[in-house]
Amino acid sequence: MTPRLLKRPGSLWPGRKSALPLALATGMLAGTVYAGAPGQITNIFEPLSTPAESVYQSALLTLAICAVIFLIVGGLLLYTTIRFRRRAGDDSLEPPQIYGSNQIELAWTVIPILIVFVLVLVTARTTADVQNQPALPDSLNVTVVGHQWWWEIRYPELGIVTANELHVPVSNAAKRKLTFLRLESADVAHSFWVPQLAGKTDLIPNRVNVMWIEPKQVGTYLGNCAEYCGTQHARMLVRVIAHEPEDFARWAAAQQETGVEEPRVKDGRQLFFATSCINCHAIRGTVAKGRFGPDLTHLMSRDTLASGAARNTPEKLRGWMRNPQTIKDGALMPDMKLSDEELDHITAYLQTLK
Amino acid sequence: MAFQEIALPQSLGTTGSITERLHELVVTVDHKKLGLMYIGTALIFLIVSGSMAGLIRAQLAVPNNDLISPQVFNRLFTMHGTAMIFLFGMPIVAGLMNYLVPLMIGARDMAFPRLNAFGYWMFLFGGLLLFFSYLAAPGLSGHGSAPDVGWFAYAPLTGRAFSQGHSTDYWILALLVSGIGSIVSAINVIATIVSLRCKGMTLMRMPLFVWLMLIVSGMILSALPPLTAAQIMLLLDRFLGSRFFDTQAGGSAVLWQHFFWIFGHPEVYILMIPGFACVSEIIPVFSRKPMFGYPMMVAATVMIGSISMSVWAHHMFSVGMTSVGNTFFAVSTMLVGIPTGIKIFNWLGTMYGGKIRFELPMIFCIGFLFQFLIAGLTGIMLGVAPFNWQLTDSYFVVAHFHYVLIGGLLFTIFAAIYYWYPKAFGRMLDRKLGLWHFWLFLIGFHLTFDPQHIAGILGMPRRIYTFDPGRGWEIYNLISSIGAIFQAAGLLCLVANLLLSLRKGERAGDDPWDAWTLEWTTTSPPPEYNFETLPEVRSRRPLWDLKHPKDPDWKYE
Repeated sequence: MTPRLLKRPGSLWPGRKSALPLALATGMLAGTVYAGAPGQITNIFEPLSTPAESVYQSALLTLAICAVIFLIVGGLLLYTTIRFRRRAGDDSLEPPQIYGSNQIELAWTVIPILIVFVLVLVTARTTADVQNQPALPDSLNVTVVGHQWWWEIRYPELGIVTANELHVPVSNAAKRKLTFLRLESADVAHSFWVPQLAGKTDLIPNRVNVMWIEPKQVGTYLGNCAEYCGTQHARMLVRVIAHEPEDFARWAAAQQETGVEEPRVKDGRQLFFATSCINCHAIRGTVAKGRFGPDLTHLMSRDTLASGAARNTPEKLRGWMRNPQTIKDGALMPDMKLSDEELDHITAYLQTLK
Repeated sequence: MAFQEIALPQSLGTTGSITERLHELVVTVDHKKLGLMYIGTALIFLIVSGSMAGLIRAQLAVPNNDLISPQVFNRLFTMHGTAMIFLFGMPIVAGLMNYLVPLMIGARDMAFPRLNAFGYWMFLFGGLLLFFSYLAAPGLSGHGSAPDVGWFAYAPLTGRAFSQGHSTDYWILALLVSGIGSIVSAINVIATIVSLRCKGMTLMRMPLFVWLMLIVSGMILSALPPLTAAQIMLLLDRFLGSRFFDTQAGGSAVLWQHFFWIFGHPEVYILMIPGFACVSEIIPVFSRKPMFGYPMMVAATVMIGSISMSVWAHHMFSVGMTSVGNTFFAVSTMLVGIPTGIKIFNWLGTMYGGKIRFELPMIFCIGFLFQFLIAGLTGIMLGVAPFNWQLTDSYFVVAHFHYVLIGGLLFTIFAAIYYWYPKAFGRMLDRKLGLWHFWLFLIGFHLTFDPQHIAGILGMPRRIYTFDPGRGWEIYNLISSIGAIFQAAGLLCLVANLLLSLRKGERAGDDPWDAWTLEWTTTSPPPEYNFETLPEVRSRRPLWDLKHPKDPDWKYE
């Protein structure tokens, strides 16, 4: 019996002609490493808030340990594969048969145990740091309620209700300002994730979770729902807008006001209250008290419509009411079959909700 | 050697008309035929759910793409995940166990041949039931189609209120049915290994493949029932008005997550350990050395099997457990890394000092070792609970588990196919086509999944059907989608190779790889009764003893 193994060492490449396409593909692979600068907006390695920074620190250590392991084990693998390959001129004798070695096996059991020990310490410490943060004297409390597919945002202490855009004061070293989020859900599980501010925490029905953020720079932070929650999971975006403390106070004061009735949009107003809009939407100071959809009291103060699915412009707002499905396929807002004229009136009315 | 009389069946199934041969497939209780049927069916499901992944990648290739609607997309990723785990992963494992375990322990068949056939047919009809949902789930009310709740089917999205029609019912019933198949085949494998080993084959002389399959079968028995129980509870919720997961009526959404992941995490190892099993047979043969540290390998696998039962909540670091709870599951998760590391080192130790032959099975194993190393390291990153808060449910996780299941499991399955195909069909697979398969698939795999790590780090969540431009995700998604084409081309080479070599392949002979375990003592393909005379072994490598009478293994073990 001549085993076929001994007959042909064989090339690893399918043939000379195949070199070109394969090299091309390999080039593309290398390209992935260099292609495109990382996005500036939702990169978890550009934290701008205390919990995200704590995570970042532990992540760096973890990455460093993993990189060392990769270099050592990967290097050994590469060395072994190349060094101990069967060569063309080899004799047909079998190599020395080694069955194992207690010392070596003990070594590569103990070393991983030590590495795990280090990682466990890091994990325990960061986990406790982030999760057990006590509230500071004047922390802001916000309740975030997940809905299919938008975010209800309530400031119980300030009496403000809004949607999809969370306004918070910025924190600085002289005076730390923490924002605690009480997370709930009205329907299915969601997850609040604004990568530059903190890791994810889920919003689960019939349960209350708490997380906190401490943005250190003024600006808008983007995020997504990170737990699959049905058809429009993809278009359930969230924005966090961090203000200087004075600006935040100004924003809050404006939100606390009740809108003024402008006589020129009387028709639109009447239509709005006569149609089923008020079954789902609330406008403070009016009979509209629905909670199934976003509060519209200060609709025009928001940048986006439909949880980030569209910019908040009059045209988009009109299009959204004409047929919500064209902007957000599967959205739960019904098409009210309004005529063009009715749409114009209601759009004009909504424009006054500043 | 003792002789044992056996009755030879009149037809061996390889002759006769097509109808006769099909009939033979339907009534067969032969473990080898069933094994090949399992593998063949699993490969068909691989192609089907792989094509679904292709559609997913097509939709995500560019931002704001409207090729596929969100409803269809959600069904696609649900069906892709469910089918890959339950209709490709589980049955291909069952197929390998079925085909190889009796041959490796010197038995004539499984302990319960008819139960074995029952298991296959349950799996097949479970799979058909799942895909039948595309046609039947709308029901009279016209709601729904295929399941769209994700393969994890988190409550309360699966409740009556959020999942109308019967799509979720199809998901539950299909998995219950195919789950019965998995459980009976696990029972069968345990019974076979415990009671049908040939003379002289003590537990510590079993091939590692057999050992690992024994452990996997034990894991199936302990991990699947929680899923079955949870699915029955969900059925009760949906049809009989119970409130286990109905949060509107005081039920618990988190309870489902616990149940699911008590099954779901061991499941990952249930799929991965058979990969280890194949590698542990192939690497020694092509390094020309015995497995380095055999007892340690067995111990490490038992450790993985037992620790993996207590790590489930690392899928739930973001559901709001206490810091103590999170730390506990982070610790248990990292502990699994220790026996897994030991395994990698033992394979390395086997190769070290050997004469490595780069035959196709070994090439795939080397690819596996590198990729599994990376998968393990990203696994450690995910195990660090705080890091996990950022990474979980992002594309980083998608990249990680595809590294485990494709870079790890699928590469070992390919290795196994190239290694044992000659035994099953008596023909060698073509080397040139095999190399095309390897390189195309390797490149495609890395093009698809390497960039997804970066997309996840840039904040891209999983399970979104589209995304806006501007966050730096575009290029990574585009490359990822291009990679899918390479993977498909690679897979095509494999299919072509499997079919062409059936008739045109070089004749293999009994023992083409100069291997050491019992399956290579019989003919290729083996007769229905496997061995003319039942073998008797004195060491872990009976064929080594036979080939080297002056230097047999049993002197050292």
